[in-house]
Amino acid sequence: MVNRILFVLMLIAGLSAPFFAYPVFVMDLLCFALFACAFNLLLGYTGLLSFGHAAFFGGAAYVTGYVIKAWGFSPLVGILTGTAFTLVLGYVFGYLAIRRQGIYFAMVTLALAQIIYFMILQLPFTGGENGLQGIPRGHLFGLISLNDPLAMYYFVFSIFLIGFLIIYRTIHSPFGEVLQAIRENEPRALSLGYDVDRFKLLAFVISATLAGLAGATKAVVFQFASLTSAHWQTSGEVILMTLVGGLGTVFGPVVGALTVGALSHQLSSFGSWVQVILGVIFVICVLVFRRGIVGELERLVRKR
Amino acid sequence: MVKQWMKGLAGVAGVIGLSCSLNATAGGLSNDTVKIGVLSDMSGVYKALEGPGARLAAKMAIDDFGGTMMGKKIELISADHQNKADIGASIAREWIDSKNVDMIVGLDNSAVGLAVQGLASDKKTITMATGPATAALTEAQCSKYGIHYVYDTHALPVGTATAIVKNGGKKWFFITADYTFGHALQDSTSAVVKNLGGEVVGSVNAPLGTTDFSSYLLQAQASGADVVGLANAGQDTVNSIKQANQFRIVQSGQKLAGMLVFITDVKSMGLDIAKGLQFTTAFVWNQSDEAKKWSQRYYDQQGAMPTMVQAGVYSAVLHYLEAVKAAGTDNSDTVRKQLGEMTLNDFFVKDGKIVANGLMMHDMYLVKVKTPEESKSDWDLLEVVSRIPADQAYIPVSESACPLLK
Amino acid sequence: MPISVILAQALLGLNVGVFYAMLSLGLAVIFGLLNIINFAHGAMYMLGAFVALIGYSYLEQWFGISAQIGFWGSLIVAPLVVGALGVLIERTMLKRLYDLDHIYGLLLTFGITLILQGLFSNYFNVAGTPYPATPDVLNGVMNLGFMYFPTYRIFAIVFSLVVCFVTWYVIEHTRLGSRLRAGVENPQLTQAFGINVPVMITLTFGFGAALAGLAGVLAAPIYSVSPLMGADLIIVVFAVVVIGGMGSIMGAILSGLALGLIEGLTKVIYPPAASTVIFFLMVLVLLFRPAGLFGKEK
Repeated sequence: MVNRILFVLMLIAGLSAPFFAYPVFVMDLLCFALFACAFNLLLGYTGLLSFGHAAFFGGAAYVTGYVIKAWGFSPLVGILTGTAFTLVLGYVFGYLAIRRQGIYFAMVTLALAQIIYFMILQLPFTGGENGLQGIPRGHLFGLISLNDPLAMYYFVFSIFLIGFLIIYRTIHSPFGEVLQAIRENEPRALSLGYDVDRFKLLAFVISATLAGLAGATKAVVFQFASLTSAHWQTSGEVILMTLVGGLGTVFGPVVGALTVGALSHQLSSFGSWVQVILGVIFVICVLVFRRGIVGELERLVRKR
Repeated sequence: MVKQWMKGLAGVAGVIGLSCSLNATAGGLSNDTVKIGVLSDMSGVYKALEGPGARLAAKMAIDDFGGTMMGKKIELISADHQNKADIGASIAREWIDSKNVDMIVGLDNSAVGLAVQGLASDKKTITMATGPATAALTEAQCSKYGIHYVYDTHALPVGTATAIVKNGGKKWFFITADYTFGHALQDSTSAVVKNLGGEVVGSVNAPLGTTDFSSYLLQAQASGADVVGLANAGQDTVNSIKQANQFRIVQSGQKLAGMLVFITDVKSMGLDIAKGLQFTTAFVWNQSDEAKKWSQRYYDQQGAMPTMVQAGVYSAVLHYLEAVKAAGTDNSDTVRKQLGEMTLNDFFVKDGKIVANGLMMHDMYLVKVKTPEESKSDWDLLEVVSRIPADQAYIPVSESACPLLK
Repeated sequence: MPISVILAQALLGLNVGVFYAMLSLGLAVIFGLLNIINFAHGAMYMLGAFVALIGYSYLEQWFGISAQIGFWGSLIVAPLVVGALGVLIERTMLKRLYDLDHIYGLLLTFGITLILQGLFSNYFNVAGTPYPATPDVLNGVMNLGFMYFPTYRIFAIVFSLVVCFVTWYVIEHTRLGSRLRAGVENPQLTQAFGINVPVMITLTFGFGAALAGLAGVLAAPIYSVSPLMGADLIIVVFAVVVIGGMGSIMGAILSGLALGLIEGLTKVIYPPAASTVIFFLMVLVLLFRPAGLFGKEK
């Protein structure tokens, strides 16, 4: 019930946002919100900390940008190709990383993501330090020009909603139940006869794919694929967003992405102090606020 | 909930209102202000050559202009693009979309420069690129609203490489900053070298912001080249020259050639290491009495003498403001046309012309770093060897590959 | 390719390798006892370099102390300062996380990394500030026959190797070390023998941090002192640690040196792969020896 009310609120806020905020900024937030939701599926619901999700976010951006710019495909085809690419990449990463657990898992994903980062830096068609610039926004279904800010906005918002609902369905399916069982007690899930590795791998692939969807969309919004989105600091940022909003809550990552995104934007004139403040928030979250904003709210509601 | 909808409605009304007011002011100043944005590297490799000094130079230009335009305030904002094209482009996008910036100056990174010029051009906003080097800004990727003001990758090697090859430096090896700028500079330098009968025996790409050049320098040493060409800039140049000194590259018989060197680089290397280095520049602070006077004012506030880029920012902003005044509007098309008709004269430039592809044609100088004995004061570091006339330094507009001219 | 070129690049690789070795050694020591991965290890390294820089150039300007700490002094002062910060972090923050999943330790130290990096980025150029106080004795150049090599780099290699092997010896062959290893094997039992395990944990963390700080001072004259100098290094070091296997001190040292060499040689053989070769090796190790080359399956 609470979830439903929250969902309607989110819908209303999302539909009306471009009228009282700078649309490009809101689109940026939406992409990060989807990214964080995808990440949450892995950390919040399966208990796996990936420190390499930027590889999917950034990798998809480059593939999308290239397909649209160099081959002249429509933005939708571009985004789908980028997303499909991360599905494959997610499988490779997942296959390697689930061989180790806990901290090792985190370090392995981080190292794998660095490979992607350096490949992007050096491959001939990614533009190196320049990134891919001037990706045309083009037309949706050959009809609607995405150069119109509102059209672009609602296109992005729909993608966000689709991604969000996929994650929501995944969490509340039998499959999601098993994931949470693995998070709570992996040996027990194993002894109940579940092929834990397969479940983990599948969760990883879904999470990677949706993170890719977010990155691909961002590339079209900014008409740009850049190294920043594949850098490990972006992996850290998405962890922070999820943590601030609330690990393992449906709306947490959305709230977290909005909070962190709005904060960094507001403080951007303070230069590196933004990083300091984000770091402090990180530390506070880990030490005393591990439930995150939504987690704490849920607890308050339950207490009543 | 109702409140949110109301807010939304108010927003719609606002948008409609805004578009009406925009129409109403066509001809005068949009949004009743002239707003100039300085977008530069405020924290990294290129901080010293443009950065906060460029903000100061722009402010000096606005103050010298009188601070107001047709009775309205001239505003200045600035931001750090961190040498990342995407960050630069999104700042520029927001400046133009929601902060009403009329002109963007700076852009001391070729990747950022191309990204921002492309974006601003779509949104009909003038950019005056003082920092980036790549000639693509006025060649393949030229724009109707983009102006390239201080120097480019074509002009830099003309003086420097010619002088070195004529002195017997025939075989070149390049250490190149691994992005648009470095590659463009390497290509144009190679062209000059080969034209004069020299050869390029190899090259290696070093990422922007490399702090340890040792392995690249050793590759250069092993190549057997006469000359190690440094197709990089700012802190990268300083680090590579300093470390070349540690590994005795010059003592082992190779010559270093910095293709883009700024006076701040020379200052931070020290004359002992830099003496004798030749390079091409658009401006030396003590080239004339007028320049000395302005530079001293700058020095009093910044604690360093201006680079050619920082002096160029002042000149660009001042001429932009003059063009707006003469045109009576800040409409980009009108102002750009006005700028094209002006002949630019101040302490920085003599008889400069902004041609159709956006290139500001002006003379350049080949300079040589003084020895510690020759230097008479802290900042007396450079001596002008020769002047390179504008039509030799830059690609003539008749040969430009800019699609706008076709 | 002339042999002298390969030798020269190998020497430069070793130069990088000693830094990998010192950092992965510190990580391994901390991991052995606390079971956490210290993401802030790179920031501690950066901090060490900054203590040296500030101690020489900014004491008067910032703190009104008219003194200068030279290079030799920094070799002692910086590890102490960084070690003390490590102790502080362990006592006030990390301690609260021992009962939780270990990933919280990683996240906490990641947050600390952001804070330290951000703080220094505010006051110093991210492209680096040269360290001005390399002692004159080390400022020269050595002619090694096949190349000129800066004396300082030779010094850094030798000094780091000594530090690494002394650390290894202390842990593996002294009473202090045997207590430490006992604490790793079985904390409860060790406590029962009257050894104060919490204090030991704190000091170990402090020691690991100090080692990173020391590496930072040694790096300062070679690389410029920059707020981001530790950030990119630490991820490579993570890979080094995964390759070596976490449990082993000697493993950490040897794989650090070896990977530095391999990276250096890759720069000659196939330059584009130089920045990724270590990560690819890590993937191979994961496929065929998941516990790492020197590690034991747990």
